[in-house]
Amino acid sequence: MELLNSIFVAPFVDMAAYPDFLIQVIWEGFVAGVLYSLIALGFVLIYKASGVFNFAQGIMVVFSALALVSLHEAGVPAWLAVVLAIGIMGVLAVSIERLVLRKLVNQHDAILLMATIGLTLILKGVGELIFGGEPKPMITEQLGLPTGSTDWEVFDGIVIFQHIDIAAAVIAVLMVMALGVFFSKTRIGRALRAVADDHQAALSVGISLHQIWAIVWFASGIVALVTGIMWGARSEVSFALEIIALKALAVLILGGFTSIPGAIVGGLLIGIGEKLFEVYWGALFGSGVEAWFAYVLALIFLLFRPQGLFGERIIERV
Amino acid sequence: MLYREAGQFKTSYAADQAMLPILQDRIGILVILLVAFVGIPVFATDFFMGSIMIPFLVFALAAVGLNILTGYAGQLSLGTGAFMGVGAYSCYKITTLFPDTNIIIAILLSGVFSAIIGVIFGLPSLRIKGLYLAITTLAAQFFLEWCFIRIGWLYNYNDSGAIEVPQRKIFDIAVTGASATPMVRYLVIVSIVAVLSLVAANVLRGRIGRSWMMIRDMDIAAELMGIRPLYAKLSAFAFSSYYCGVAGALMVFMWLGSAEVEAFDINHSFLVLFMVIIGGMGSILGCFLGAAFIWVLPIVMRGLPSLMGLDILAATTEHITNIVIGVLIIFFLIVEPHGLARLWQIGKEKLRSWPFPYASS
Repeated sequence: MELLNSIFVAPFVDMAAYPDFLIQVIWEGFVAGVLYSLIALGFVLIYKASGVFNFAQGIMVVFSALALVSLHEAGVPAWLAVVLAIGIMGVLAVSIERLVLRKLVNQHDAILLMATIGLTLILKGVGELIFGGEPKPMITEQLGLPTGSTDWEVFDGIVIFQHIDIAAAVIAVLMVMALGVFFSKTRIGRALRAVADDHQAALSVGISLHQIWAIVWFASGIVALVTGIMWGARSEVSFALEIIALKALAVLILGGFTSIPGAIVGGLLIGIGEKLFEVYWGALFGSGVEAWFAYVLALIFLLFRPQGLFGERIIERV
Repeated sequence: MLYREAGQFKTSYAADQAMLPILQDRIGILVILLVAFVGIPVFATDFFMGSIMIPFLVFALAAVGLNILTGYAGQLSLGTGAFMGVGAYSCYKITTLFPDTNIIIAILLSGVFSAIIGVIFGLPSLRIKGLYLAITTLAAQFFLEWCFIRIGWLYNYNDSGAIEVPQRKIFDIAVTGASATPMVRYLVIVSIVAVLSLVAANVLRGRIGRSWMMIRDMDIAAELMGIRPLYAKLSAFAFSSYYCGVAGALMVFMWLGSAEVEAFDINHSFLVLFMVIIGGMGSILGCFLGAAFIWVLPIVMRGLPSLMGLDILAATTEHITNIVIGVLIIFFLIVEPHGLARLWQIGKEKLRSWPFPYASS
């Protein structure tokens, strides 16, 4: 009886009693969710265009952010460091396409996944070799990102909004909109969608697959850089981020591998869900449920809807 | 010249179905077993047995387990480390709850618990496959890791949160614990690995193993031909997790001596996956080659700078090792997706027709 009470009654009583705290928790979850969404967005971009499940997206986030911070530490002005970091992601995209993807065209999904796991190791090794393994603070102020916080008085309490979190949400929205325009209005964007639809048909109308793949890896490299900046500004830039980035995989399951709206909705669902669960139901399990909540939610979800929220129906042909 | 099956005729059905149809292969296996059971214990140093051979055998067994699932049944798994953990923790519970149990039996029994957990986390494989499944195995990895930390009963409410291996004896010889010599531990582990590998090789070429391979090659066609995916997939998960569980128990009891959760984290899952990829998917021999390669490579890399008289930080060599392994994985996937085992196969084919390569069919 007590157990049932602590599952079904007590958490909701808590929520109703302190609505300001509830809003704070939801907001925290929302911001974490935005960052999951951004990582998942990088996955989706690459998966749509090339069918590669890019396990290295998490390390790309760390790598790009570390490159940015290290460049600034070396005395490069902040704006130039951003340009150079984007340039590094561009070089990375082209070389990945040249050296890895081009040789593995038409291989099985699992083979491509394992190749990106290999890529993860390389990026990790190179990153630690060049930039060092210790965590670094993000250069928030030099990039012109807001710091500080605003208090919002509501329900006899206060809810604290960190400005950087608001900025993260705004930037995420802007980036998704920019990507939307890029996909639907530009020549390259339309070519990308054609490739995502059907590789061979795209080839037959004269779209270069190699070029498109390089572009799409570059695009997700930029998404990674933005994610890295935002995440770094909230905590710091370190390789531990890579494990957290794996949660974006659970987001993908919820949203479907090929859907950009899915990545965003999935990210927000997982972000908010895990915070609420940790705060209100976490005590039942002992702390630390955040580590697995996303995956178990995804696993249960898969049993009922294998294609995800917005994924395409899976049709099997013999 | 030496490796040729000319003149070896199969005169009975038994001979036709032999696991090693060629005489030279049988001799080769015997030589390897002789070296493993007699040569190494007699001639090798304690360091070689304790720090190279024992971990190598542990990882080889785990790789056999993962290879059953990934290489033979085609279900990609990223949760090997956690399944090894289940084996280790259940072995610890068995031997502390029933101290009189023979430790070998406890180790072999602990795989059963791992198999049960494996089947539970294998259930989604009935609805989903491929990459989606790989991600659900991550759920197993993180959930089980959390259990190892939070459920105090699993480590007998130790303050350290680690499992300490108690001393257990068989015929008055210490097999586990601090006073067990590397030689005894090596002999125990090599026997278990040899027997389990033999079992795996035979299961894989039998009815169950062939049904796994049918599921891997094309699940719908296999279903139409009368393979039940439910049994085939779940039995693959059970077998695979059993091997991983035993490997995990051996890892803690025969090698590490004590272990915390970090010993079973996701990096270990990846490590075993790399062994399978580089060794060769769908090959028992490949598991051993891959395990030897991945385990020995970092040791060699650590030794190289001092041999060449260079002064490089230990951390730097570790990063370089990471890069080398990453490059090798991609290299193997591009050039030889079937790994080291396939290279060995090609070498054997070449030997067969040597010195007249154009004369063979």
